[in-house]
Amino acid sequence: MEQMTAPVEDPKRVAEFEARIARGETIEPKDWMPAKYRKQLIRQMSQHAHSEVVGMLPEGNWITRAPTLRRKMGLLAKVQDEAGHGLYIYCGTETLGVDRHELVQQLLAGTAKYSSIFNYPTITWADIGAIGWLVDGAAIVNQTMLAKASYGPYARAMVRICKEENFHKKQGFEIMTTLSAGTPGQHRMAQDALNRWWWPSLMMFGPHDKDSDNAAEMTKWGVKRKSNDDLRQRFVNLTVAQAKAINLEIPDPLLKYNEETENWDFGPIDWDEFWRVVKGDGPCNRERLAARNKAHDDGEWVRAASAAYAEKRAKKSEAA
Amino acid sequence: MSDSQGPLWEVFMQPGDAEPHAHVGSVHAYDAEQALQNARDVYGRRGEGINIWVVPSSAITASTPEDMGPFFDPGNDKAYRHPQFYKVPRGVRL
Repeated sequence: MEQMTAPVEDPKRVAEFEARIARGETIEPKDWMPAKYRKQLIRQMSQHAHSEVVGMLPEGNWITRAPTLRRKMGLLAKVQDEAGHGLYIYCGTETLGVDRHELVQQLLAGTAKYSSIFNYPTITWADIGAIGWLVDGAAIVNQTMLAKASYGPYARAMVRICKEENFHKKQGFEIMTTLSAGTPGQHRMAQDALNRWWWPSLMMFGPHDKDSDNAAEMTKWGVKRKSNDDLRQRFVNLTVAQAKAINLEIPDPLLKYNEETENWDFGPIDWDEFWRVVKGDGPCNRERLAARNKAHDDGEWVRAASAAYAEKRAKKSEAA
Repeated sequence: MSDSQGPLWEVFMQPGDAEPHAHVGSVHAYDAEQALQNARDVYGRRGEGINIWVVPSSAITASTPEDMGPFFDPGNDKAYRHPQFYKVPRGVRL
């Protein structure tokens, strides 16, 4: 439950902490930090880690049906990366004094959030291309900012992740390029995937900053260095030319280059849809949680066997 | 313990020949052998290193940020430990 009153912090320490942030210093796990900074980081980092883990599910759907062996190897490697990314960020979150087990339990119980984008279905192979291109592309824009976050373990995890996600994005764009230049049916499939993933990808950056509860605090403390709207605009500006290059049309009749701002202006986002999916009523929310719980339960015997084996070996070495 | 995750291990990776091991993160594992395998899978999927150390996190003793000043003080105020402290006659190359 949310605390009604914030913990009382020593104003001198808070001032010192904020001065460190202002000087661009990096906060490390054992450094003093306000309780609220710790709490907000645990929330944001664990949600981020959960997103990586749940992100494996829509793509895992196509591993057995990838059209060629080359595509299958690439997709397997990408999904394995997502598991790795989840682990990097869980490990970063644990440096704040929280147990990974506790975070995983929150995900499984449905009390933790993860990125809403993964609550949309992957109904054709082109969706795998669209996810790599748009979803990973949007994630890179966000995570490039987070690689400069004030908390060291988070920033370092982001540096690793950004490097790896460039492969994801290129893989996705190659899939889209190939389909778009293929038969008319394949081209239609690519366009359909872009139509369905475009708006949810823009929603990934979160609500307008004025509607975002946590943005101001995270900005003040140097975790968030750019606004949701600025990041979204950057993503749109980058993506327009990419779509054009592979002969696909972004599904927004209001998309127009603004000479004055040098930005691509775009149409309104359906925030009702965004909040509906965030609150649990997206196309796949229940399916994703059920799949995650099943995978966790199915793995229980492996954890039990590993623990028993480690215990047996420890006893043996004690006896010897 | 049911549904356990094993203890935490810190991972140190040697990126290449003649380079020192550096901390890259941590993993959960039930024993040292599994910690090594997990560390390889999590931190070495793309040839990031040639050697890995895993150490139980609980075995690490670290200095604390609060004591940083006094703790490192003995080394901070001794200019005479640096070559710039010493004068060399003009024109001599040492």
